[in-house]
Amino acid sequence: MDIDIDEIIERYPGKPEYLIFLMQDIQAAFNYISPEALTLVCDHTGVPESQAYAVATFYGSFSLEPKGENMVQVCLGTACHLKGSGLIAENLMRSIGLEEPGTTEDLKFTVETVNCLGACALAPVAVVNGDYQPKVTSPKLMKKVSKLGSE
Amino acid sequence: MQATAKKTGQAKLGSLEELEQLRGELTAAVDPDQTLIVVCHGTGCVANGSPGVTEALKKALADAGEDIKVVPGIKTTGCHGFCSRGPLVIIKPAGIFYQQVKPADAEDIVAQTIQKGETVERLLYKHPQTGDTLSTTEEIPFYAGQQRVVLQNIGQIDPTDIEDALRAGAYAGAAKALTAMQPSEVVEAVTKSGLRGRGGAGFPTGVKWGLAAKHGDVEKYVLCNADEGDPGAFMDRSVMEGDPHAVVEGMIIGGYAIGANEGYVYVRAEYPLAIKHLEMALADARALGLLGENILGSGFNFDIRINRGAGAFVCGEETALMRSVEGKVGEPVPRPPYPSDKGLFGKPSVLNNVETWANVSRILERGWEWFAGLGTEKSKGTKVFALVGKVNNVGLVEVPMGIKLRNIVMDIGGGVPGSDHFKAVQTGGPSGGCLPWEDADLPVDFDSLIAAGSMMGSGGMIVMDDRDCMVDVAKYFLGFLEEESCGKCFPCRLGVPRLRETLVRFSKGEGTAEDIDDLYSLAEAIKMGSLCALGGTAPNAVLSTLRYFRDEYEAHILEHRCPAGVCKDLITYSIDPEACTGCHACFRACPQNAVSGEKKKPHTIDESLCIRCGMCMESCKFGAIQVV
Ligand SMILES: Cc1cc2nc3c(=O)[nH]c(=O)nc-3n(C[C@H](O)[C@H](O)[C@H](O)COP(=O)(O)O)c2cc1C
Ligand code: SF4
Ligand code: SF4
Ligand code: FES
Ligand code: FES
Repeated sequence: MDIDIDEIIERYPGKPEYLIFLMQDIQAAFNYISPEALTLVCDHTGVPESQAYAVATFYGSFSLEPKGENMVQVCLGTACHLKGSGLIAENLMRSIGLEEPGTTEDLKFTVETVNCLGACALAPVAVVNGDYQPKVTSPKLMKKVSKLGSE
Repeated sequence: MQATAKKTGQAKLGSLEELEQLRGELTAAVDPDQTLIVVCHGTGCVANGSPGVTEALKKALADAGEDIKVVPGIKTTGCHGFCSRGPLVIIKPAGIFYQQVKPADAEDIVAQTIQKGETVERLLYKHPQTGDTLSTTEEIPFYAGQQRVVLQNIGQIDPTDIEDALRAGAYAGAAKALTAMQPSEVVEAVTKSGLRGRGGAGFPTGVKWGLAAKHGDVEKYVLCNADEGDPGAFMDRSVMEGDPHAVVEGMIIGGYAIGANEGYVYVRAEYPLAIKHLEMALADARALGLLGENILGSGFNFDIRINRGAGAFVCGEETALMRSVEGKVGEPVPRPPYPSDKGLFGKPSVLNNVETWANVSRILERGWEWFAGLGTEKSKGTKVFALVGKVNNVGLVEVPMGIKLRNIVMDIGGGVPGSDHFKAVQTGGPSGGCLPWEDADLPVDFDSLIAAGSMMGSGGMIVMDDRDCMVDVAKYFLGFLEEESCGKCFPCRLGVPRLRETLVRFSKGEGTAEDIDDLYSLAEAIKMGSLCALGGTAPNAVLSTLRYFRDEYEAHILEHRCPAGVCKDLITYSIDPEACTGCHACFRACPQNAVSGEKKKPHTIDESLCIRCGMCMESCKFGAIQVV
């Protein structure tokens, strides 16, 4: 990995209030927060590990396990739900062998469900590796994902 | 606009006069009659491909040669509200409104509209009822029925350019407050305006400020709640993306009024563009001396920091939000003490919603009397709603408080596709409730929505038709809240799952009439016992749907039927042999091999194999799949 964890740690002053900032930057850089990274963050901010662990598990955007190469987020907000996004998420997960949101064993895909992306006018919405897919359907999304899988 | 002095060359502004002088120069440098192509780069239009349109327009302008006056007169803005019609392109000054524009349309726009002043017919909006072609924004009913205050600059200004914001009047309200008013006068003006918080509860903003201000000369904070957790709401996102200076300005005013030198914006991480635009706005405001030490020579110091949310709905609750800013687990804490006494880092703090802060800027700019003249007696001003769901014109709309629900949905929203009425409108997000068609004439303001068993909330307005199941909707909201409960207090931790389980049984056609009675007592207990409003309002989804749609609940339980055709366990898929062309698409899509049939002949579905995944329906282009 060419991202230097020490460089991230040094971005913020060593105060407890920067714990979440640090964890966010580490999550963004490495796709997850490793036990080693958590220890470094705690040393820097002076937060006990138990508390950092509580923070890491409380917030939905942190993961203590590595995430997949490709990230698919399906919106389950109200507007998307009414337009069938629940089924779309289920169908996608079934097609790549996931029973619930999470990461496939081969680390190819992570499927997450999110609550409203603020693009409700385009419902149902999914985001594949950062790209919004407006008015998505199961066939469209599954096609897109299987293409990524074969790359 | 690009022809004006670059902001990098501008020194810090030392006084109100210098600000106004700069504003004058910037305004004078722009010819109001100059042709300008405005492309919407809000999230919706970007997702629909507007960056490609912008590129194509630039290329078409360049290809057309030097003699085009407008080069490089292209401006990209925030969301114009009419996202379902995007990508949107507006040609100014005439205000010609083009919708669903594709990159391939760029050449025609340049050749016909820019060079000859003619409209491109096919890109104009057609009135869905009358079929008339409408050329300008003002003619379109979606815009004509609105009153834009908070959104006044969005779609007009380039949100990444502080000079453009200054031309539109940005920081005039803050400058007035800081240089010509005492802090107490600012609090009084906001109180007299009648502004109530736009984050949901509708607490009077000026009163809240007064409580924090009275603590005198101690460290204090102002915070902006940009967590926007309500699914189905995106007005805060659009304000931050499209007019970030309105939020910054409001916070400067609030900081001055209560005596805080630091502000925090707590933005949800799902909004990267909002964060980017806010960061640019803060940097530009700092460069001009509108943030930092001794702002405009007033002696007031103030700066703002951004915190990104980390994905927890409950962090929108004020006490939880403050703990999250402190770097902790975002669990609510009991009140009192209220944040105005003991908030962030234990210091007096004021938290307001994004839209509330944007309103503050307008109030100081135009005077509280003007604001107090808008809206109803107890709900002043306008409200921005995210109108989504089964409605023709999906998007963001801003209307005066007190307007009838019918006007919003049927007139501005253009009605419900294929129907002359809505079945229900859900307002207030997970804390709110559903209003039936019988309430179409209800005035939309804080108090009448609560009286009708719903809530204003942050302004999500989700329109539902006969294909939406009320039991499913209630189940959905409870599932959301169960997942998002922080679990700190037991009525919410234990009660919400119990409510949901009951609804899950209902959705399977199980349950009895007594179960409905039990729901009421459980709902009461959760309402009374919960620590924060997440639990306190969680039963609203069930109670309001039961209040207006009890027959639908009974159909599920007593007749084992989902009238809307939504609840999986109570529906079957079949193929209409008349409509089926035998195209084989559903056959290929079905993961269960439940579809059979020869090409070009009507297909059939084997009910016993069908798992009701809906794949066949999604792949059928002929609408031949039916659900009963
Ligand atoms: C569970 C929960 C979630 C909330 N989420 C938000 C939110 O996303 N945005 C918001 O402005 N207010 C939210 N609120 C309301 C805030 O607690 C607070 O009342 C509001 O931000 C105050 O600002 P206002 O007076 O300007 O409305 C939430 C409240 C609760 C109980
Ligand atoms: S009501 Fe729910 S979310 Fe609020 S404090 Fe209690 S458990 Fe947490
Ligand atoms: S997709 Fe539709 S039209 Fe085609 S075979 Fe299936 S039901 Fe018939
Ligand atoms: S509900 Fe899915 S984007 Fe808002
Ligand atoms: S994003 Fe363009 S109109 Fe909303």
